[in-house]
Amino acid sequence: MRSKLDRIVVALALPLFLAGLVATGGCGESKGGTIKVGVYGSLTGTTATFGQSTENGARLAIEEINAAGGIGGKQLVMVSEDDQSKAEEAATAVQKLINQDRVIALIGEVASSRSLAAAPIAQDAGVIMISPSSTNPEVTKKGNFIFRTCFIDPFQGTVMAKFAAQNLGFKRVAVLKDVKNDYSVGLAKFFTEEFVDRQGGSITGEQAYSEGDADFRSQLTALKANNPEAIFVPGYYTEVGSIAIQAKELGINAPLLGGDGWVSDQLLKIGGAALNGAYYSNHFALDSPDTTLQNFLARYKTKYGAQSDAIGGLAYDATNLLIDGLKRLHTSDPAAFEALDAAKADDAAAQKAARAKLRDLINGVQAFPGVTGAITFDADRNPVKPAVVIKIEDGVEKFAASIAP
Amino acid sequence: MQEFLQQLVNGITWGSVYALIALGYTMVYGILRLINFAHGDVFMLGAFFAYYAATKLDVAMNPSPGKAILVLLISMVGAGIVGFLIERFAYRPVRNSSRLTALITAIGVSLLLQNGGILVFGSAPKPLPAIIRVQNIDLGGGVTVTNAQLIIIAVSLILMAVLRWFVLSTRTGKAMRAVSFNRDAAILMGIPTDKIISVTFVLGAALAAAAGVLVGLLNPTISPLMGIMPGLKAFVAAVVGGIGNIPGAVLGGLIMGLAEVMVVGYVSSTYRDAIAFVLLIAILLFRPSGLLGKNQAEKV
Repeated sequence: MRSKLDRIVVALALPLFLAGLVATGGCGESKGGTIKVGVYGSLTGTTATFGQSTENGARLAIEEINAAGGIGGKQLVMVSEDDQSKAEEAATAVQKLINQDRVIALIGEVASSRSLAAAPIAQDAGVIMISPSSTNPEVTKKGNFIFRTCFIDPFQGTVMAKFAAQNLGFKRVAVLKDVKNDYSVGLAKFFTEEFVDRQGGSITGEQAYSEGDADFRSQLTALKANNPEAIFVPGYYTEVGSIAIQAKELGINAPLLGGDGWVSDQLLKIGGAALNGAYYSNHFALDSPDTTLQNFLARYKTKYGAQSDAIGGLAYDATNLLIDGLKRLHTSDPAAFEALDAAKADDAAAQKAARAKLRDLINGVQAFPGVTGAITFDADRNPVKPAVVIKIEDGVEKFAASIAP
Repeated sequence: MQEFLQQLVNGITWGSVYALIALGYTMVYGILRLINFAHGDVFMLGAFFAYYAATKLDVAMNPSPGKAILVLLISMVGAGIVGFLIERFAYRPVRNSSRLTALITAIGVSLLLQNGGILVFGSAPKPLPAIIRVQNIDLGGGVTVTNAQLIIIAVSLILMAVLRWFVLSTRTGKAMRAVSFNRDAAILMGIPTDKIISVTFVLGAALAAAAGVLVGLLNPTISPLMGIMPGLKAFVAAVVGGIGNIPGAVLGGLIMGLAEVMVVGYVSSTYRDAIAFVLLIAILLFRPSGLLGKNQAEKV
């Protein structure tokens, strides 16, 4: 005999069941659903602003497409992981995003050492990884699923060497690099090659430090002995700020030169007036007249109440590049697009095939209009873009030159 | 020659900092035969106390010598309290257990301070406001020294002299030496050993905090993990000088600072950390009791 309670349960369950049928029927039309995108970066640690800017840039792009109705009715969901500025943690974060959260693509990392730790994992799993700002050439050589939206070190090193020799007229430059950092070692090598072999300059001394060091006086003293006209310091902002201060204290007036590892709002907070007169290569200049860039900067400022740095811009471009690929997949192959839905992650084979199709579409992008310049990939999935040189003057970063590939 | 002299100045500056930290290791070891591995983290806390004090006092905008001394004192008092608490709640309960238990407790306290620091201060490095206006002083021949470096050397010397006076000429200092010589006999003589041990920890922690503030003058980026390497190196400095021996800690600190700077300047920066441990191995092989340590026959 049925109790009253049973009847109530049945009465309640029936409409729910029917509603469920309607909902599943709707899904076949590619309406609703979500697609998961992983973002991993250094939200904490010695390069915390790198990860924070990346996350902000990616979030902005995702929120904009979701507000516009998503892609084919699907909303993008961002899953973010912190790697604490450590390469081994980057590998763990990416493992988690791929195996546990089952994201279809990854945005990250900024530091080349950490992208190099994560890239083989993404490649093996057949998950697309777009590094917004890792400039070491090895990163995208890890496999055909690995892309980047920034220029690479052979170019960046060349830019600074050309700029030092041609625009500044320097003949004698010293190098101070971070030996534990793939990015820094690579940049120092390409700078030296260009400056010595093609620009006819000489390297008056080469010294090294390790990330996390606090005292650079002995290295700077050794470099000072040979009176360089400038010191090339391709490191990250935390150490660069300290190096600038200690160089001034030792009476070194030669300007410091650097790369995009300097990009952070912390750089000037740490280095202060000691950085005046320094130059570094970057992906964009805040005072550029380009309207796409200025519009992006305005939207970023409205959302976060702070100025975006180049790293935020590159992450925004990397995410939009992925969104652009997804849009084209939705038009050209709706079935494959449907397989990328987060609810269908259990059909691993179909999703893997769909990710491969998405990869091909991203690879074939032509002059994608990013805020950091137009993106077209070369054979190694590196974009061909110009670099700008920024000069620090009275605590303000100013555009100094644009150097084309 | 000019380069060598400049490196010498750099080395002596760092050496004074190591010496200040090494004093805390050596005092605690002298009294308790305990290697206080949390000492490097107290040094870190000293830098962070200075950070908050300097921000509160708005030192960056209008620095004055009075404020700089105030920041130093606040940081030393703050770290002294932490030193007292560490001894009272972590080391005293295990004081009569085996030495290994105390050593593991010390490592535990060290990890607690590091990770607690990350929790409270955040792991991103913070710029310590300049508590004095740094100026270059030309020593002639291209060798320069900053007023910050001179202050570091001077403050270190003053603190060491005060410590020496305290240990040799006051009643508490005499009691400290008595406890260090033989704790059981000291108890029998009516010396309040618990109080004396607390005083030792407070003094050691305050000196480490002073070193933290002084390092902030040299390199104004501070982070919760900044104490690990200086802590280890100061420990090596204490061993090199003869652990338990106060002048030995100062000598060891200076040797450590100079060795490090010279290796980076003339060999390779990769060996900066290695040289500390090379020194440790060398001293343990050839003079295990340290340069100024007494050779003690241990009863087995």
